[in-house]
Amino acid sequence: MTVDQEFSRLEDHRLAVGRGRFHESVRRADLAHLRVVRSAVAHGRLDGVDVAEAAAVPGVLGVFTAADLPDGPPIPARQPSPGIDFTPYLQPPLAREWVRHVGEPVAFVVAEDAYVAEDAARLVDVAISELPPVLDARRADGTTVESLAGVPARVGTIDTGYGDVAGAFDQAATVVELELDTGRHSAMPLENRGLTVGFDHDTERLVVWGAAKVPFWNRNVIARYLGVPDDRLHMRESDVGGSFGIRGELYAEDLLTVWAASRLRRTIRWVEDREEHLLAANHARQQHHRVRAAFTPEGRMTALDDEAWLDTGAYIRTHGAVVAALTAGMFAGPYRVPAFRSQVHLVVTNKMGVGTYRAPGRFQNNAAREHLMDLAASRLGLSPEEVRLRNLPTGEETPDARPMRIFGAPMLLDGGDHHGHVTKALATVGWDTWTARAGRARSEGRAVGVGMAAILEKAGLGHENAVVSVDTSGGVRVAVGSTSVGQGAETVLAIAAAEVLGVPPQAVRVVLSDTDTLHDGGGTFASRTTVVAGTAVHQAAEQVRDRAARTAARILQAEPEDVVVRDGFAASRHAPKRQLPLGALAQAAAAPGFLRPGEEPGLIARSTFSAPTMTYPPGVHFAEVEVDTDIGEVRVTRYAVTYEIGRTMHEGMARGQVTGGVAQGIGGALYEDLPYDADGVPLVRSQRDYRVPLARDLPDIEVHLFEDVPAPGNPLGVRGVGEAGIAGAGAAVMNAVRDALQLTAPLPRLPLTQATVLRAIRDRDAPAR
Amino acid sequence: MTRIELTVDGAKVSDDVEPRLLLVQYLRERLGKTGTVIGCDTASCGACTVHLDGRSVKSCNVLAVQADGAEITTIEGLAADGEASGADGQLHPVQEAFHECHALQCGFCTPGMIMQTADLLAENPHPTEDEIRQGLEGNLCRCTGYHNIVRAVQYAANGTSATPGTGAAAQPAAGSGTIDGGAA
Ligand code: FES
Ligand code: FES
Repeated sequence: MTVDQEFSRLEDHRLAVGRGRFHESVRRADLAHLRVVRSAVAHGRLDGVDVAEAAAVPGVLGVFTAADLPDGPPIPARQPSPGIDFTPYLQPPLAREWVRHVGEPVAFVVAEDAYVAEDAARLVDVAISELPPVLDARRADGTTVESLAGVPARVGTIDTGYGDVAGAFDQAATVVELELDTGRHSAMPLENRGLTVGFDHDTERLVVWGAAKVPFWNRNVIARYLGVPDDRLHMRESDVGGSFGIRGELYAEDLLTVWAASRLRRTIRWVEDREEHLLAANHARQQHHRVRAAFTPEGRMTALDDEAWLDTGAYIRTHGAVVAALTAGMFAGPYRVPAFRSQVHLVVTNKMGVGTYRAPGRFQNNAAREHLMDLAASRLGLSPEEVRLRNLPTGEETPDARPMRIFGAPMLLDGGDHHGHVTKALATVGWDTWTARAGRARSEGRAVGVGMAAILEKAGLGHENAVVSVDTSGGVRVAVGSTSVGQGAETVLAIAAAEVLGVPPQAVRVVLSDTDTLHDGGGTFASRTTVVAGTAVHQAAEQVRDRAARTAARILQAEPEDVVVRDGFAASRHAPKRQLPLGALAQAAAAPGFLRPGEEPGLIARSTFSAPTMTYPPGVHFAEVEVDTDIGEVRVTRYAVTYEIGRTMHEGMARGQVTGGVAQGIGGALYEDLPYDADGVPLVRSQRDYRVPLARDLPDIEVHLFEDVPAPGNPLGVRGVGEAGIAGAGAAVMNAVRDALQLTAPLPRLPLTQATVLRAIRDRDAPAR
Repeated sequence: MTRIELTVDGAKVSDDVEPRLLLVQYLRERLGKTGTVIGCDTASCGACTVHLDGRSVKSCNVLAVQADGAEITTIEGLAADGEASGADGQLHPVQEAFHECHALQCGFCTPGMIMQTADLLAENPHPTEDEIRQGLEGNLCRCTGYHNIVRAVQYAANGTSATPGTGAAAQPAAGSGTIDGGAA
């Protein structure tokens, strides 16, 4: 059965009337507020923290420093990376001996009132002997770090590739190369980070709202830190005002808040303000790439070679080396690359740590590689689309396993005909008309340009558990380890169960990542909810349906194959009038008369889906820009994305994911950056200073979802769509700007701020030396 | 402490408040109106938008004492306040439009967006797309790319989906194998 794809999401009503279940809506009589005291210094030895004055403020329940905390382990990395030891680079929940970035937590205050907590936090006196900050990853590479026990600033290198790269460059007819910096971004979800932790006096358990991304993992780490069994914590589902990868990673503040609730035995709420968010929520993206490619005279790429430095900030965050691994592993994008090498060095500095922000690694590597492709096109005298088409694998060449691994798994290009996708994309958007329109505008003296980017995406990773059950009233419940981060997980997972059980999605209740309903769960990241959790739900729902059919067959004395489950009833094909409601079947399935040995009573089934490898769909981004050459301002005037989605579960939501991603990507391409001054002090301290796209900055965004190649690796055929919209945006916009300005040189950095654009114009117009 | 008296979502309330208490905190913490949310507290995101005497304001930028004597409408009182009857489950036309046009994802910007839209349409019942985009410039959305929010405002203005633009939810497919052509 197919579900009407355009029904409103299950989440929408409560959110539109102001009844969203964000953690801050939780009301408790014993609520107290936590405020973190942060380092104002980028790098130094922590000489002392004097809390006396703060502790004396009326209404303050406690002021705590590292000395008060358990001597527990630092914040661990969730994903290990073979050959790299992250241990020396991990962050303690509160600074002990050293501070390593502005915003690092050094103490915290708990008070009855949020205003009082903030006032008292200002009275905590932090003494630091300053050290010079390290702010450039490339310059830091090769040095050692006194404030990390003398370990090298280079944490490690992800080095991947295959083939004879050096030989190919020796033989090359044309070599193109460029260097590119990508700015320091952050996801900036509209809801700040925060957590509400209740203390249940009856059971001594801690109830946690607001763990947005990987609640099971966070629960286990927090439990270890507190030295209690995992089950002492109950992570509850909440609505979340956006994650994009950064919200819900385990942060120091999460440990502090739960610790405070268990210590003070009352409800503690921590909510950061936007300045703290900018200082201490994961940053992202900042990389320097040095890339070159070798071509034959016909424009066939024979080798691609990239070396990059990732400025990881002060500590290795929970995702370990994932950003580097995705940068390196997916650097070749969709192309046929006979010899390939990509190395990414992770280097610590004195800035906020970086994490995985929507399309980690790919926003950067697509920009570097696709800008290089445009440069190659100019050098080879080919059009940008032609140079791409010559190097894209056709349907005959796929599926193709690249001779390399990514996260230890083989990299199987399962997305079908990349050449065909791009050809269809060019026709679908009418690319000829774009280039013609830009050409006409330029002939009128306007700086209009168009750019494209061919991308390889990836989705689905790891495993997820689901339990689907029907109760005796006929109610369907889905419990799954994924979380809602505002992307509509509830709706998509309800659809996955509803289509199998033949009920409307509105009749399905979805319980997301409640650690009391499941024993384990993955979480929400890497565009995996539909692929991995959706499949787990689908499989569990099939088992429930089959069990319902078997039970009905026993009652109706029919063959199970003849029983159809639809609209909440089961009936035999041959006697459709005699309908058994699902609720009655749930009752019967638990009754001794209908229960067979070995069967679990009731209509319930569990399923785990583990994605054996990621799915790698193709996509293309197209941008048109106009540059105001007097002030260097870029405006995106037209945008289109094509994407192979495999199969769409809910069209409105899928489109929304792409459109929203494009908007964020345009922000990253044009405005977003988190610069530091020479003392390591962040220059962006408020929402006002971190320019994100506004409604008036954006054009309409065309989205074309192709369903040509269902994913072979999961029964739904879905490919995930969360990151497709942002992954190629930096690349497409940069190529469009280069076209608008008719540059022969590449652009040096993203974002393309007015200063960067003006410098590019100046360099273009400077007399050749 | 200062005594204030005001009307919030149709109910008269009075309280003693600290002079520095922000209106948004007053609404959330004292009155339990948690539907109004905080995104930045520096008047730059619009998440906290409410109506004060019929006009939209950012409630993180207003002190509770400044609202003394005022009539405040929050997202929680919008349906009851306007033309809709306010019966349970009843939506204000702007809420309905956001619903209809998939104009929300995480929903965190939504209360503010809806309040701002209601004000915008009261001022200018038939705005152009440009006027809509300008009119919403004080409200950030990090999820949707604004595309469907603009559609929702048009929908609310016209009582129907406005332009079947290529990016809109009702986007026509180009070529076989795209969603509309290929989906089973
Ligand atoms: S919270 Fe008021 S404008 Fe952002
Ligand atoms: S829907 Fe998430 S910020 Fe707008």
